[in-house]
Amino acid sequence: MIEFILSDACNACGTCAEVCPTGVFDAVPGQPPVIARAGDCQTCFMCELYCQQDAIFVGPDAERIEGFDAQTTRISGLMGEMRRHHGWDEWALGGHYPNQHWRMEDVFARARAAAE
Amino acid sequence: MRAGFSITTDVLVIGGGMAGAWAAIGARRAGASVVLVEKGWLGTSGVTATAGPGHWWVAPADRPAAIAKRLAQSGGLNDPVWMERILETTWEILPTLSDVYDFSRDEQGQPRYRALRGPEYMRALRRRLEQIGVTIIDHAPAQELLRHADGSIGGARGIRHPGGTDWQVESGAVVLATGGTSFRSHLLGSHNNTGDGYLMAAEAGAQLSGMEFTSVYCIAPARTTLTRSMSFAFATYYDEAGQVLPIGGPDITRPLAAALLRGPVFADLARTPADIRAQVPTISPNFLLPFRRWGIDPYTRKFEVTLHGEGTIRGIGGIAVEDRDCGAGVPGLFVAGDAATRDQFAGAISGGGNINSAWALSSGQWAGAGAARFAARSTRRSGARGIGGTGLHPVGGPQIDAPAILAQVQDAMLSYDKALFRDGVRLRASLAVLDQAWSELAGSDLRELAAMTASARWSLLASITRAESRGIHQREDHSQPDPALARRIRVHGLDRPIAAPEPERQAA
Repeated sequence: MIEFILSDACNACGTCAEVCPTGVFDAVPGQPPVIARAGDCQTCFMCELYCQQDAIFVGPDAERIEGFDAQTTRISGLMGEMRRHHGWDEWALGGHYPNQHWRMEDVFARARAAAE
Repeated sequence: MRAGFSITTDVLVIGGGMAGAWAAIGARRAGASVVLVEKGWLGTSGVTATAGPGHWWVAPADRPAAIAKRLAQSGGLNDPVWMERILETTWEILPTLSDVYDFSRDEQGQPRYRALRGPEYMRALRRRLEQIGVTIIDHAPAQELLRHADGSIGGARGIRHPGGTDWQVESGAVVLATGGTSFRSHLLGSHNNTGDGYLMAAEAGAQLSGMEFTSVYCIAPARTTLTRSMSFAFATYYDEAGQVLPIGGPDITRPLAAALLRGPVFADLARTPADIRAQVPTISPNFLLPFRRWGIDPYTRKFEVTLHGEGTIRGIGGIAVEDRDCGAGVPGLFVAGDAATRDQFAGAISGGGNINSAWALSSGQWAGAGAARFAARSTRRSGARGIGGTGLHPVGGPQIDAPAILAQVQDAMLSYDKALFRDGVRLRASLAVLDQAWSELAGSDLRELAAMTASARWSLLASITRAESRGIHQREDHSQPDPALARRIRVHGLDRPIAAPEPERQAA
């Protein structure tokens, strides 16, 4: 469930409020958006993917806000991990995070072979 | 952002997941003006956006064998003609995204067309729709269809978020691409998938088919939505006392569900080879998020697991498909993707990701083009009236306990001991509870809950009617297949729904 927005990292672009499929955020002109309906969050991490500032953090527990501390989380290196591993935006450059989704069928095949 | 609006167009597509996007492309290519309305945002909404759809992808020479294999394993309800069409259309159409989707190349430098990553796929489809001039309206859930006096469908009405103002689109034809429903199970990305299209189609007089085949589940770390099964191919399972559980092989659902009914189940991924561990973040970028955030190394430590129900999403029921254009048997109404039944090609087993994705693509193409042709034959673009019922016309009266009704729907459709391990007595008890819930919802404004409740009642009724075991529908009180039921089961109706086997198998 949505945990927090880092207000000093947010550039008030409004993208999260636009792309959130369940309308969790209310956009505020010139300000970070307000988390207005946390209970509607479906824990899909799409807001993190579309946040170029890496200012949004979603907790893994889909049923409750866990209370992740914003500053501790920020220095942990966990902000923006979804976007980075996707090779989204600037991470598409340099080839460090190639889209290897196609290997999924090979992984399943390896598991089947290992079980036999 | 526009608030309320009123638009006239040739084709209205309802739903902005993969099937709706492909339907809009199909309709636009056929020359129609197209408006697409989406409950959330086209790109992040729905179960494709959050996952990684493979597609059923078979070279022409290999298709007879692939079709024969599927026919042999899927319980005898499916039709090879539909499979051939799906394979052909997917093979032809998917590579046309090459200018907007960066297809990965394997070690031999060959493009890998069949497996696309969800967010990138939906971003590519959004770009395509913008290129070809489809009007996309996000945050605009459709609530009811509009119907002309002659019974043909002429648009839809809904509300716009934020604010909740009304919108209306009058059109020459409508494609329903509203997805399936997981009954809010926490299946990743499925919160908006509440079966709205099933309810709208039934109100227009359409039938549904295959609704009994809903007992599909996906594993996830407990309390998370991360139904990404790949890494569990190397899982070892344990009970609370740390004893290894005999869960493995191609189907883990039934033994895992049985273990979960006894108590908590834990897993570790210690058997995962090192090279695969290194690739997991760039194969499934979201899979490790919970573990990293909780500080748990799944390769060395046990973590609790659960199963999330997939309802009609990887199950296969939906609106009956009555012709080659994916018409719903109601003039001007077409269906695509998980909103449609998939029993005509998937059979009595899950369509899985691959076959359902290939269907979403190809049914989108056909439904979009069919809707465009229908709209081209009709000049009428106004005068249709809303036909929505339950959940749209609140009358006041006693407060309805919406969470309690949702819990009843979920108990009927997701509980392992009712929805997976099935029995006629328990199915009838669930149906009686939800019949009562349906009558309570009549005077409410709880449209999504009404759609989930209606979908659950059709599923229960079809499951009772299929008094046998076939494919993923396994009845403890009828453990064998009944040759007399080697046919699809249709359901229709709202207040007093009716289920009946088809008289004979229908060819495509």
